[in-house]
Amino acid sequence: MKAFETFETPSAARVNYINAEYGLKSWLLTRDHKRIALLYLGSISFFFFIGGLYAMFIRLELLTPQGDLLASTTYNKVFTQHGIIMIFFFLIPSIPATLGNFLVPLMIGAKDLAFPRINLLSWYIYLLGGIITIYALLAGGVDTGWTFYAPYSTTFSNSYVIAAGLGIFVSGFSSILTGLNFIVTIHTMRAPGMTWFRLPLFIWAHYATSLVMILGTPVVAITILLLAFERVAHVGIFDPAAGGDPVLFQHLFWFYSHPAVYIMVLPSMGVVSELIANFSRKNIFGYKFVAFSSLAIAVFGFLVWGHHLFVASQSVYAGMIFSFLSFAVAIPSAIKVFNWTATLYKGSISYDTPMLYALGFIGLFTVGGMTGLFLAALAVDVHVSDTYFIVAHFHYIMVGGALFGYLGGLHYWWPKISGRMYPEGWGRFSALVIFVGFNLTFLPQFVAGYLGMPRRYHAYPPEFQVFNVLSSAGASILGVGFLIPMIYLVWSMRYGKLAEANPWHLPGLEWRTASPPPTENFLATPVVTWEAYEFAPVEEMRVIGKFRDEEV
Amino acid sequence: MQTSWLPFIPESASTVSGKVDALYFYLSGVTLFFSLLIGGVITFFVIKYRRRLPNEIPRPIAGSHKLEILWSVIPFIIAMSMFAWGAQIYFQNSRPPKNANEVYVVGKQWMWKIQHSTGQREINELHVPIGRKIKLIMTSEDTIHDFFIPAFRIKADVLPGKYTMQWFEATKPGTYHLFCAEYCGMNHSGMIGSIIVMQPTEFDSWLSGNVNQQSPAVAGQQLFQSLGCVSCHGANGEGGRGPTLAGLFGGKVFLNNNQTLTADESYIRESIENPAAKVVNGFNPIMPTFQGQVTPEQLIQIISYIKSLQISNPQSTTPAAPAAKAAPASQTGATPAPNKQ
Repeated sequence: MKAFETFETPSAARVNYINAEYGLKSWLLTRDHKRIALLYLGSISFFFFIGGLYAMFIRLELLTPQGDLLASTTYNKVFTQHGIIMIFFFLIPSIPATLGNFLVPLMIGAKDLAFPRINLLSWYIYLLGGIITIYALLAGGVDTGWTFYAPYSTTFSNSYVIAAGLGIFVSGFSSILTGLNFIVTIHTMRAPGMTWFRLPLFIWAHYATSLVMILGTPVVAITILLLAFERVAHVGIFDPAAGGDPVLFQHLFWFYSHPAVYIMVLPSMGVVSELIANFSRKNIFGYKFVAFSSLAIAVFGFLVWGHHLFVASQSVYAGMIFSFLSFAVAIPSAIKVFNWTATLYKGSISYDTPMLYALGFIGLFTVGGMTGLFLAALAVDVHVSDTYFIVAHFHYIMVGGALFGYLGGLHYWWPKISGRMYPEGWGRFSALVIFVGFNLTFLPQFVAGYLGMPRRYHAYPPEFQVFNVLSSAGASILGVGFLIPMIYLVWSMRYGKLAEANPWHLPGLEWRTASPPPTENFLATPVVTWEAYEFAPVEEMRVIGKFRDEEV
Repeated sequence: MQTSWLPFIPESASTVSGKVDALYFYLSGVTLFFSLLIGGVITFFVIKYRRRLPNEIPRPIAGSHKLEILWSVIPFIIAMSMFAWGAQIYFQNSRPPKNANEVYVVGKQWMWKIQHSTGQREINELHVPIGRKIKLIMTSEDTIHDFFIPAFRIKADVLPGKYTMQWFEATKPGTYHLFCAEYCGMNHSGMIGSIIVMQPTEFDSWLSGNVNQQSPAVAGQQLFQSLGCVSCHGANGEGGRGPTLAGLFGGKVFLNNNQTLTADESYIRESIENPAAKVVNGFNPIMPTFQGQVTPEQLIQIISYIKSLQISNPQSTTPAAPAAKAAPASQTGATPAPNKQ
């Protein structure tokens, strides 16, 4: 083993992207991808908080079998709005729009994204979608479930369906623009020597995610538009009373919304690939397999929507084909898990907070993925469809998977983003609290689901209470676990220890510039002469260019 | 709900539930095995290869194609075993047996209206005997519902404008949950009921205690008269200006666009609500629509009456009349359908 020398570069007084300009206008009209990432970080954190409050009301209501805390109409709005906010306004933009926006140019050695103005536009569009949705919530809310199934949504619901749909419709364009920006940037703006197979796996994952965003999002936009059109003009598209077909809605909706799961989890897999490799100082095992498995998931992900319709009167033969394809899409995910595990072999593994999240991700994603097989298996899906088994399964993927990757990534790159270290002790402690709280919340739901407890029930038979009490207890631990990092990350922006340019001693390009980086990212164009995850003694992993205050 | 002798498994009370549980155990076993394997290996590596010196750089390891193939092919084979097993049970259950007793289910916000083919009506309750095959023919008056019986491990969406089926054979007397499993609005969680499984003798005496109710077929016959169907289809469905209905159900129908289809509930319903959609070969599209004039329950009654019409009418000469073998209207094991001819 070669020795690894530390190097210190105090960077507080330097000119960087945060202190380059002051004033509200310099933020609201910025074209710097790093500042736009921070705008997104602020807005998605706000929506995460709102979505979390709704979750709290759900768990409080379900403490007792009687529907005694909220009225049933209120409860129905609460779970609907929890889903809409968390999926469309937190999870889908979470990693791509914050970490992706910040890091895609840095990791490939570019000065910015290909279309900086479009990048800013995408944040404004997201914000507009968010404001419309908040209006829908304040005006009276929406009670269709986040799935908006027809004909309930077109004909029977007396709530703000069109306003909520419009919010999602609008925010969809922000994802399309972000995806477009990433694809063009990754194709055209890689630094000299940054070949496709030297790209960090985070970039491969974002490339695959961008494909799904561009190809899938228009379909949900069309679907929501048709739904609104039917609700206003009573044309018979989905409502059988007017000659429509409600199952058509489900096909269209899931054609986007199943791939949307991959929009949430693929970037997280990209983060975890970075964390596993970097915190064990090992090149990723089977780089090309991990890279191409992201693309395979993105492509196959478009062919499995029908597994949401096994009990929805879909043809038996269609059901069998979708079941087969759903099992097939599990293989690329399995390949990733095995490769991450093999990467740890003979590594030099540290137990820093981001690594704890990455290890937690592998465990929870394994459970989430394997329970997905229960749902792909036709006969078992018939029983557990629309029960708490499903609820548990997708929270393992979306929270255990997507959110763990997001939190791990946020801690990992926090020194680069803020120029400050987060408090390591608190970080490890909160990662542990979140892991315990999460499992206590959602493991009992698998059991309640197989026992037959349907989802979206305001009141339930008393024999399910024990599982719901466990779940609510876990949720309160989980809630505390989320509050801790919210507090200490904000605290660290002012009081945290100053971060070095490369606090983890890593070879990636983003670590070869200052923390926080200057507005133009690199003071000289980097030339990449090393492979991805090629660890070397620290003097060989030089900062590219000099810091601006050294030049002056 | 009583739970079975195994922890975390609901009561198993149908011929299918054991099969679903067996697959569930297999899936759980594989999940447990791989989760523990991966968790164990990761824990072992994380402890064994923990960072001992702050500056150490481990030797890089290139990937291994052999391992990649191994851990792609083995999971694929296991996944295919799950696929085949799940698909096999699903496929078997998708075809209701020919000799099943029919029960009509109509879902509406927020109740279940149920009628046996012998006429007994129930609300939010379904009485069934053990050992007999029961086929549910289901539709909705408003939005989508879902008829879910956890103890039987069956569930199917109940849609407006369409008939869906599911069937079961109960194996164990008792009272089991009936849940609506598709979100249907305000009182969705109140759209629940009971499935009461009885010994056949008890069930028969329960049936005989509820005799003064009209069977759906008889009610359907009255509707057939009052709606004026008789003027074209004949007093006994023998046909005239409209196609013959006797013996229609379950047989082949030749349409004027040279297509052929099998007459099932959905086809008959469509022909009542939207007669011009599929016109029988040799006839003109002169029938008016009855959309909005008959409720979903009345539709079920008319269909039930048409099902009961037998082929024994000698006047049938239209192309719609299938060969003599098509008389499955007597798909009635224990409860003979009324046959008013």
